[in-house]
Order: sequence, then structure tokens, then C-alpha cells
Amino acid sequence: MNNSIQQQIVISGVGGQGVLFVTRLLAEAAINKGFPVFTSETHGMAQRGGTVVSHLKVGDFFSPLIRPFQADGLLALKAENLPQHGDYLKPDAWAVINGPSQASEISAIFFADADALAQKIGNPKSVNLVLLGFALSKLSQTVENRKSLFCSFENIKAVLEKRLTDKKKMLEASLEAIETGFNKF
Amino acid sequence: MNIRQLMLGNEAIARGLLENGCAIATSYPGTPASEILSSVVSFEKLFSGDQKKPSAPMHIQWAVNEKIAFEIAYAGSMTGLRAAVSMKQVGLNVASDPLMSAAYIGTKGGFLVISADDPGPHSSQTEQDSRLMAMMAKIPVLDPDSPAQAKDMVAMAYELSETFEIPVMLRPTTRVCHARQDILPAEMISLDRIADFQKDPARWAATPKFRYLMHKELEKKLGAISELMQTAPLLLNPETSQVSAKRKAVVVSGVAAAHAKEIMKALDLWEMIPLYQVLQPYPLHSEFISLMINGYDEILVIEETTGVIEMQIADRNRVKGKLDGTVPKVGELLPEMIQDIISKFTEIKSDPVRLPSVPGRRPTLCAGCPHRASFFAIKKAAKKGIYTSDIGCYTLGLNLGAVDTVLSMGAAISQAAGFYHAYKHQEKRPDIVATIGDSTFFHAGIPGLVDAVVQNVRFVLVILDNRTTAMTGNQPTPDTGIGAGGEPLERVDIPSLVQGCGVKFCKQGDPYQLNEFIPLVKEAVAYSREHGPAVVIARHPCLIDRFRKDEQHQPILVEITDSCDGCGYCIQHFECPALVMDEGEERVQVDPILCNGCGVCVHVCPKDSIKLNGEW
Repeated sequence: MNNSIQQQIVISGVGGQGVLFVTRLLAEAAINKGFPVFTSETHGMAQRGGTVVSHLKVGDFFSPLIRPFQADGLLALKAENLPQHGDYLKPDAWAVINGPSQASEISAIFFADADALAQKIGNPKSVNLVLLGFALSKLSQTVENRKSLFCSFENIKAVLEKRLTDKKKMLEASLEAIETGFNKF
Repeated sequence: MNIRQLMLGNEAIARGLLENGCAIATSYPGTPASEILSSVVSFEKLFSGDQKKPSAPMHIQWAVNEKIAFEIAYAGSMTGLRAAVSMKQVGLNVASDPLMSAAYIGTKGGFLVISADDPGPHSSQTEQDSRLMAMMAKIPVLDPDSPAQAKDMVAMAYELSETFEIPVMLRPTTRVCHARQDILPAEMISLDRIADFQKDPARWAATPKFRYLMHKELEKKLGAISELMQTAPLLLNPETSQVSAKRKAVVVSGVAAAHAKEIMKALDLWEMIPLYQVLQPYPLHSEFISLMINGYDEILVIEETTGVIEMQIADRNRVKGKLDGTVPKVGELLPEMIQDIISKFTEIKSDPVRLPSVPGRRPTLCAGCPHRASFFAIKKAAKKGIYTSDIGCYTLGLNLGAVDTVLSMGAAISQAAGFYHAYKHQEKRPDIVATIGDSTFFHAGIPGLVDAVVQNVRFVLVILDNRTTAMTGNQPTPDTGIGAGGEPLERVDIPSLVQGCGVKFCKQGDPYQLNEFIPLVKEAVAYSREHGPAVVIARHPCLIDRFRKDEQHQPILVEITDSCDGCGYCIQHFECPALVMDEGEERVQVDPILCNGCGVCVHVCPKDSIKLNGEW
């Protein structure tokens, strides 16, 4: 068990996209690996299509919130959130963005059109899982970019399988979505 | 396998209630407190399935409003059972009447008042500090810094409540309620107590003369509570050695304590400046006050949202906080702000960091929300009217220009009456249309409607009956006939209630059928001008209410025809997120991901450019 791990990740999007669900999957993967975890979520009125942001902190922390310039990574389900939430990132952080490539000062930034991929598999509401799958593939290639997530694709699949054990159809669709993102390249 | 569980702050509080033998839990939903009661339901189901299941099941219910919820749970504690009522901070305003009185009378079984504050505010009308309400009522209040501490404090609060026979407040904030943390659950227990109400009218029905004595007694309790070891402030870093010439201390509570712990470590101040965490902001421990005044030259107090701790350390020459402007009086205390404040106070260098304020996306009614259709009809039927509205998803009708006022639960009706009385002697009287949700109508709308009938207020009330309490996560209403745990209950139906209030015009319609619904609202407006209050019940189930999936109509495909000239009428007046202006093409398009197929927009386009395109 790696007790020295300390990762702070911002996950953002708009209400209805499933930001909370992705945050929860990652947090449960952290617990399964024996790491302490904190998340902070947006509930209430903003969930009606407003900007939604989650903070995820894995390792020894006390506060549920991430301070500006302290985050190791950003997972943005809407590219429009990059200017708003990019300032949470450390200088050498990673970012995974749903949208077409654009110029950025972030050193390790990866773009994917998760909307199109989700539509292609006939599950337009699965953008969140497609992008998470894509992030898991990009952030496991540690040799290429030296960035890695605290958990693996397999860890997240295990969480999904446990959470949706009584909902076979939803599980199949979720696994398909996350694999679609993971196998994008 | 790790046995630690990921728990939302509100789940942790609920778990705490079950681990401490709570027998009665009540609530009215409101962000950020809503998930407390629903989590009590889930844990109780788990517990009842257990081998060591309780002798009697808990009573868990959503009440019509917070005052009712309070009084039900409080009476339970009068019988010796442990009880808890949970609500958001503005809900405590509604329950403040019984709260003030219950503080004097006290309790038998432990009684917790859980009032969740919302500094920011993220999802509330105000940033009010419930700890001030505890102070006003003269009851102790505990201020957790995390989900784990919130759970621990439930045990602490019950013990305090039963030792002193006093209601105890637990005051989490949004960042505790809606944080998740890995928590080690303890065993859920049943205390096997039975209800045993001991008659004592001199206490339970005390007259003013006895209230004076009770007040004296209450002050005595508070004196003792301010000396209690179990809830005393903690020195978090006993290893501190003061190096600066001036002796300084930092005092924190609630989530500000969590931020400060992390920041003091990051800034290498952990071994230099003593950091005290207050667990019980009121009454502040008397010994702690002396320690601060006698032991330190400068004391920085960081707390949300009002300076409750600060006010009790009343030495203005030494205390820095909200009162002297060291800590902002308004808004949430973000960790980056706390970093700034602590750096300045300790005179160390640390670059101020602040996120640039970029406007995010504004919230909007869901695509296909029946409220949108209702608002569109109201604007058609009473073009230059005054539109009073209320608290709920439908507050977002302001995006459509169909909401002019939002004050407090139920105020749509009484404000409509106020506008009517203000204008009634003028020659040109505006039409007044009030909108209120079904749950809000039950909560605080009924007395206002009775008053409007008595005063013959000429206005239209549209009850937006989506069959649920939508904004807070689809809790049932009294018209649903379902309990907090899904059990069947009696129903109170809205039309009978409206008629029972004395309203003579009460008609029901489906806002999705816009062609029929607009004339219905027009008819109500015409009636109200001549006769008096008219009520329209706009009945269509909430789209995201999973309990009513079967009642949704078949989705309809719509298409934009070539005749669309991009005039933007639908976007401005209907404001559906699924209708998007294609700036390049100068025409509107339907976003297939967002569209829920309500088909209402077909009736909206003035040029008939939105057409049906068959079934989904």
C-alpha cells in the first residue's frame, strides 16, 4: 500500500453531466486502495444545468477544498470550464478535456470529443464515463508523460461492477462507455 | 477489503443518529441538509434487516414544514426517546417559534436540532449563521469540521442533551454536508426505550411566571455547559513554541478549522503558532476565554459566517476577526482566503492566491420541464402582469422573465396580496400572477391563500404541481401518498384543499398541452379581474422524478424547418437549453443530447418553424 500518495483533482462540468458520479467512482477506487479520501461537491440549484465542480483529494488532507495552483489534475466535461478551473492547477499538472484540441499552457493536456464518442455508442448521456476512460488511458502511460492517476482502469471497472451489480443493463452500458474512452487510441 | 466507507457529510450525520439510538427523525428538505433524512431511511433499512434488529422501528418522516418537523421530534424526546430534526438554515427560521420555547422547557430524551448553514450562499436566500439562533435560544451548538467529526458530534450532542435536559444544535455547513470522506462506521444500536411521557403541566405547559424560573434554570445549565471538559476547545498543535515577540494564537471552528490545519502545515506555521479548534462555539468555554485574554497578545478568530466565537472573547484590543475587518463578514471563507489571513496575521510571506472570477453557466430549468411551459403560458395570458414567485426549481422562471419576486417560502401568495392592495385604488391595476410549487404550497402557502380569500384578493395563483419536491432531490409531498421510506400513506389532494380554503375558481390543466393551457390561464386572469382569487393547478410530473417514470408522456421528435430565420423568439421567451442558436447559419437547432422530447416548443415558434417529426 502506497501511503505517501497525495493527489488533488478538480472535476468540472455542468449540472446533469454526471460530475458527481465520476467523482464518486474515483473516491471509491481510492478507498479500495486504502487511501484516505475527501471530496467536495456541488448540490442544489446549480445542478439544474449550472456549472458544477467537484474537488477530490486522495492522501492525507484535512480540508475538502483545493486551493488555487495546488491541483495535480483537471477533468473537464465541458471545454468551456478550462479558463474557469484551469487556475486550480499546479505548473506541472495534467488536464483531460472534453472538446477539440486548443492551445494551452498546461504541459500535459489531452483532448477528446467525448460527446461524439458517446453518441456513436448510442449512449449520449455517458459522456462522463467516456472521458473518464480516456483519462485513465492517458494517465497510465507513465513513460510517455510521467503523469499517473492514483488508480487504474481496472480499479474503476471494479468499482462500477460493485456499484451496479444489481443493474446489469446499466453496468453493461457503463462498461461500454468507459472502454470506448479508454480504447480511443 | 477495506471496511471504511465513503460517506457524504449528511450520510455521516445520519449514521451518527443510528449509532446513538435515535428513535424519531423528521425533516423538511432543503439544500444542503436534504440527504440527512434520506440517509437515515437507508441506514435504518440496513439496521432492520440486521440480526440485532431494534425492538421497535424508528419513526422517520418528511413533515409539511420545519416547524411541524421540529414539534413532532421534540414531543418524541419529551417521552424519553432520542429524537432529531434536520433542516437548512432558513428552515430554522420557520421552526424558530418552537425552538425558543423548547430551550426553556428542555427535554427528557436527547434532542438534536440539525441546522445546515450555507455560506456562499450556494443554494439559499441568505448566509445566516444558525449559531446565532442557538445563542438567541440559549442552547449549546456544535460546529463540525468534516463528515467524520459531524458523526462523532452526534454522540457528543446526545450526551450533552440528556445530561442537561436541553436541546442541542449541530451546525454543519455546505462544505461538511456535501463533502465525502472515508469513514469507519460503528455499530448501529437500539436503546430499547419505550415512550413514557411523565405529566408535569408546570413544566410542559408552563405559564409566564414559571417561564421566568425556567429562564433562570437555563442560564444555570449554560454556565455548567461552558465548563464541560468533553466539548472544550482543543489545542491542535501542543508542540508549538512561540518564537515571535508577540504571543499570538489562531482560533478556528467548523470547516475553517479543516482549511486552517492544512494551511498552517503548508506554511510551516504548525510548530510556531498555537491553533485552537472550538467544538462548541456557544456557550464558549469560560476557561478558554480566560486563557485567550490572559495568555495572548493577539488572537485571530476564523469562523463562518458571523463572529460568534469572536463576540464572546470580547477584548477588542486583542481579538482580530470579523468585527475589525481582518476576516471578511460576507461570503464563504475559501481556503485561499484563510491562507491570506493567516499569513498576514503571522507576518510571513505568502503570495495571495485568488481564482479569477469567471462567470460560470447559470442554472436553468431542465429541457422538457413542465414549469417552462407554465411560465410561457402565464406570460401569454397576463402580458404586463406582476409575477410573484417562490422557493424551488421554478425560481429559475426568472430566466424567462416570468418571475419578478422571490422572498421566502409561501410569500408568492402573500406578496401577490400585498401588490393587489397597493394597486387596488389605481385606475390601471396590473394583473397579478403568483407561482408556487406543490410542496411549497403545502409548506407555507395555505395560510396566505386563506387570507387572500378573506380579503378577496384579485389575483391568479398557479400551483406548479409536478408531484414532488424537485429541487432538493424529489422528496414526496403530502399529495404523493408515499412516506420517506417509500411506504404508502394517506393523501391530501390539492384541489380539495384549495376549495377548502374558499377559492371559487379552481381548475386543473396539463401545461404540456399548451394549446389548452394558455386559454385556461387566460380564463383565470379574466375571472380574477372581476371576481377574486383564481387558482390554476398546472399538473405534470417532474421529468427527473424516477418514481413517476411511468407517468411521463411518449417523447416527441421535433425538427426545425427551413423557414426558421433565426429571430431568436424561442430562445428568449422559452429558454430551453435544447434550443440552440447556430450563429453561423443564423437559425435555431435542436440539441439531440439535451432534448427530452416534450414537444411543447412546437407551440412556441411564432412562425411555425418548429414541427413534429414523429415519435422518438
